[in-house]
Amino acid sequence: MTTPPQVSAPDALHAVSLIVNGTAYALEIPARRLLSDALRHDLGLTGTHVGCEHGVCGACTILVDGQPMRSCLLLAVSMDGAELTTVEGLTEEGDRLGPVQQAFQDCHGLQCGFCTPGFLTTITAGLRDDPDPTPEAAREMIAGNLCRCTGYQNIVKSVLRAAELQRGGGDA
Amino acid sequence: MKPAPFSYVRPATIDEALATLAADPHAKVLAGGQSLVPLLSMRLAQPSTLVDINGLSELAFVRTDESGVRIGALARHRQVEDDGDAWRAQPLLRQALRLVAHPTIRNRGTTLGSVVHADPAAEMPAVAVLLGARVVAASVDGRREIDAADLFVGPLESALRSDELALEMVVPANPPRTGTAIDEIARRHGDFALCGVAAVVSVGENGAIETVRASYLAVAPTPHVLDLSEAFVDGTASDRNLDAAAEIASGALDPDADIHGTADYRRHLSGVLTRRVVRDAYTRATAPDAQGAR
Ligand SMILES: Cc1cc2nc3c(=O)[nH]c(=O)nc-3n(C[C@H](O)[C@H](O)[C@H](O)COP(=O)(O)OP(=O)(O)OC[C@H]3O[C@@H](n4cnc5c(N)ncnc54)[C@H](O)[C@@H]3O)c2cc1C
Ligand code: FES
Ligand code: FES
Repeated sequence: MTTPPQVSAPDALHAVSLIVNGTAYALEIPARRLLSDALRHDLGLTGTHVGCEHGVCGACTILVDGQPMRSCLLLAVSMDGAELTTVEGLTEEGDRLGPVQQAFQDCHGLQCGFCTPGFLTTITAGLRDDPDPTPEAAREMIAGNLCRCTGYQNIVKSVLRAAELQRGGGDA
Repeated sequence: MKPAPFSYVRPATIDEALATLAADPHAKVLAGGQSLVPLLSMRLAQPSTLVDINGLSELAFVRTDESGVRIGALARHRQVEDDGDAWRAQPLLRQALRLVAHPTIRNRGTTLGSVVHADPAAEMPAVAVLLGARVVAASVDGRREIDAADLFVGPLESALRSDELALEMVVPANPPRTGTAIDEIARRHGDFALCGVAAVVSVGENGAIETVRASYLAVAPTPHVLDLSEAFVDGTASDRNLDAAAEIASGALDPDADIHGTADYRRHLSGVLTRRVVRDAYTRATAPDAQGAR
């Protein structure tokens, strides 16, 4: 019979390496650290926002190996070796806004901005799968994210505008 | 809130995972974490040890042959949903997965994790029972197969023992001249449903309905399967027959009320949805190109 692998004490620290927005980080964290907290508290990347902390609001959405996931529903210790993109990583060279960010500015897609990081990451991945969404598909793309301010209309417009910017339709 | 402290193990082999589960009766398996991590954060679950199976890449499979689809414990909802072979063999899998949460959750959550989590409002347990799926479970004492019909004991309670790891689910292929459909009503798109119904309809060579079975979610503590065939003795999906089927369903179910909906409302939905999904499943069963209709 296999002997069980060594079980660490509940308060033990675990070595975890993460690549976040292209930079490698080495962390020493307890197993119970949520990825959202590891990003914000351990790495100081406070662009990722935490709203509900149980998967419903989408504010904490980041990209894990390119796919959107809720960082509040991931344990950092489980993500050893993963490549993550947070909202900070959507900015382009020279601190210029990325296309999705620019679209939100153009279309007034945010008010308080609390939900925005989760929308930006979700839409970035969504436009990779569907670069030319219909208004219907744009709505579907953001259906898992909550916004208390905008009423969503301008966020839908921002999705369509971002698609246009990415296709190079700069000043339409 | 934040999770209470726990010991963490990331086994490199299935045997290591089983040995860890056997050594600690309060250990829990971590798959996608899309149900477990919220429970940890709210401290509704406080396991002493978490056995993280995300390193067991040999369980990240979806395999299809003539007999059906095998879904490994680490296959994410998204992977099962996107699998074309699985869709052709058993279209109800993709039809149902599209109703499970949002794509972002489906990128991480596992289909088998959803089944063994046994949430009465979840789609995949109801689908598993309807299709006669089996779950292969392993412990240090060996393996066993559990019929989905025997798996669901109560809300969030499965027949899996604390020392067992579910390895895979085996889902039978859709027989010829058989159509499937699922629909649900939720307060918001992507939320857990107030009521959901999945149906399987089989027709004979002449296109007449032979059997109609439906599975109900969110209206009972565990998935509730009803045989509605008796409403279709003349073999047609006439309005009268659909009404009769809806009546059987709303008579047989005894849903509870909660803050999201009254018992009467849920019972009403079970009838409305029964009509809808039986009609859709029948249409697919009789379509000349069954695949095209899916
Ligand atoms: C906002 C939100 C909305 C959602 N909406 C829906 C919805 O509409 N419909 C729906 O069906 N689901 C919904 N879910 C839940 C989602 O489908 C989960 O992915 C799924 O229920 C659990 O799968 P998991 O891999 O994440 O399991 P985990 O969260 O890792 O585990 C869940 C439970 O199962 C056990 N477990 C998991 N895998 C195994 C295994 N192989 N062997 C033994 N035990 C195991 C764990 O120990 C735990 O007790 C939602 C989740 C969120 C956050
Ligand atoms: S904070 Fe993660 S989904 Fe709300
Ligand atoms: S802009 Fe305030 S929550 Fe969306």
